Amino acid sequence: MAGIRVHKKESKVKWIIIIVAPFIAFFVSLFLGRYTVKVEEIFRILSNYFFNIGFEKTWTDSAAKVIIEVRFPRAVMAALIGAGLSISGAAYQGMFHNPLVSPFILGVSAGASFGAALGIILGVPYVYIQILSFAFGIVAVLITFFLSHIYKSTPVLMLVLAGTVVSAFFQALLSIVKFTADGDEKLPAITFWLMGSLGSVSLQDLTLSIIPIVISIIGLIVIRWRINVLSLGDREAKSLGIHTERIKAVIIIFSTVITATAVSVCGIIGWVGQVIPHFCRMLVGPDHKKLLPATVFVGATYIIIVDNLCRTLAATEIPIGILTAIIGAPIFAYLLRKTKGGWN
Amino acid sequence: MNKILEIKNATFSYDGNKNIWQDINIDVSDGDNICILGANGCGKTTLFNCITRNANLTSGTILLNGKNINEYTITELARKIGIVYQDHTVTFPYKSLEVVKMGRTPYLKVFETPGKNDEDIAYGIMKDLGIENLADTSYSKISGGQRQLVLIARTLCQSPEIILFDEPTSHLDFKNQAIVMKTIRQLAEKGITTIMTSHYPSHAYKTSNRVILMGNKKIIADGSPKDVMTEKFLQETYGVKIKINKTDEEQCFIDIDFRDI
Repeated sequence: MAGIRVHKKESKVKWIIIIVAPFIAFFVSLFLGRYTVKVEEIFRILSNYFFNIGFEKTWTDSAAKVIIEVRFPRAVMAALIGAGLSISGAAYQGMFHNPLVSPFILGVSAGASFGAALGIILGVPYVYIQILSFAFGIVAVLITFFLSHIYKSTPVLMLVLAGTVVSAFFQALLSIVKFTADGDEKLPAITFWLMGSLGSVSLQDLTLSIIPIVISIIGLIVIRWRINVLSLGDREAKSLGIHTERIKAVIIIFSTVITATAVSVCGIIGWVGQVIPHFCRMLVGPDHKKLLPATVFVGATYIIIVDNLCRTLAATEIPIGILTAIIGAPIFAYLLRKTKGGWN
Repeated sequence: MNKILEIKNATFSYDGNKNIWQDINIDVSDGDNICILGANGCGKTTLFNCITRNANLTSGTILLNGKNINEYTITELARKIGIVYQDHTVTFPYKSLEVVKMGRTPYLKVFETPGKNDEDIAYGIMKDLGIENLADTSYSKISGGQRQLVLIARTLCQSPEIILFDEPTSHLDFKNQAIVMKTIRQLAEKGITTIMTSHYPSHAYKTSNRVILMGNKKIIADGSPKDVMTEKFLQETYGVKIKINKTDEEQCFIDIDFRDI
């Protein structure tokens, strides 16, 4: 029965570029910024801080502070969020068998926005704003899930519809909060938060969010073959021995943990979860076995680069949500035209 | 002959009031090649959905190798029963070999992806069906008939004991119908148990050694094509006058006569 098949050599160069790119982007972003630190010093500062190597200190305290407390957590967070939003977008697109779906489709961003806005008008400390945002993101998705769950099954169309309803509801709640917010101080704070920014990411933010995001990314990667089968539709997936309900719940849990964490730390960063999977399909094909790992690397690279643009393009920092949309929408339109909706 | 699938006193209803079919009994023996014929809406596909556990019987039982199908896990069932569906929408243009490999899923652990061995099995099956040249071609770029063959290859990857075909030749032109029918017959000749539904009564002669006519919520007739494919039974099944003109064992012209309607 076994067939002998001549394997076409998959372009290894392509994968090397995909994997190496985020690391290059990462080191470049440590170097970029108004405060100039020499390249070799950056490596020594990081080595001393993380591995206690004990290079001779040839730099100022503020140089160390800029690298360790500002640029490093910001670049890592950018990578995590780019990777996380991209892989959850790709996983949702497979699950919904629709390449236009975004990771926010089940209402997580609307819920998280409301949570954050609520925290801002209540005037609670910053960490509680993040917690509220995270919690309402999760709550919104839970409501969506239970609304769409009928007779032991969750049809994907019902999920989409329920997600739309829940998003609309939380958008309305957000409007109420904005309407009642003080126009001099709180309203701009809410608006600014909603536009998304990595500017205030601290080492503490990073240590809190790295574990849930990394675990969820790994979780999605290990079940990537099941996402392939699930993309054929529930009925066929079931006939191939897949517990469709279980696997859908698992995908939703991992994706929601990623998106809720991302939104609670950095606000709404749109257009990543749609554009990057689409772009990656062009690079490595539609097979989720390759697609999901590719989205992790490409997504990380993309957000690191966009965040670098945010902090270097203008005198004041540009909110990243604006740039991802300004860059993402035309790229998406271009990809759609070029691939005519397919990825052959 | 071993009974591998037994449908006992089965009744199905979507809403609890109106039965699609009621109290039907079908015994499938090892090596049977069955063609189920019936009018639109008589519940052929619903019957398949019940066998694959995509729908639950309202009453009655379905036994696979003497054990209730509900006692199998979904994965165990996928190793025993394979199904080739008719309406297949392609969202992502996977390569044909990738689609065929998906048939190995019931043999993979949750965290596993198919390896070299699975790929060899999948490619070997494509070779057996004469479609290995399609392996690297996108599934969305091949003809409807080739797509059916790819789906049949995928189902064979499950190494099932029974293969169900849900209207395998609908939407296909004559040439593609012929290719698919020939493949199904080759599987039958290898001793694989097959059950197919069809809207083409004449296909029953070509692929099947047993025909089941469904209609009026029951089984109208069940037996060899020779005994079952009569004008009387077919008229009862489809509710329209039917003329049969048989030229030999396989070639048979069945036509409807609508002048009296």
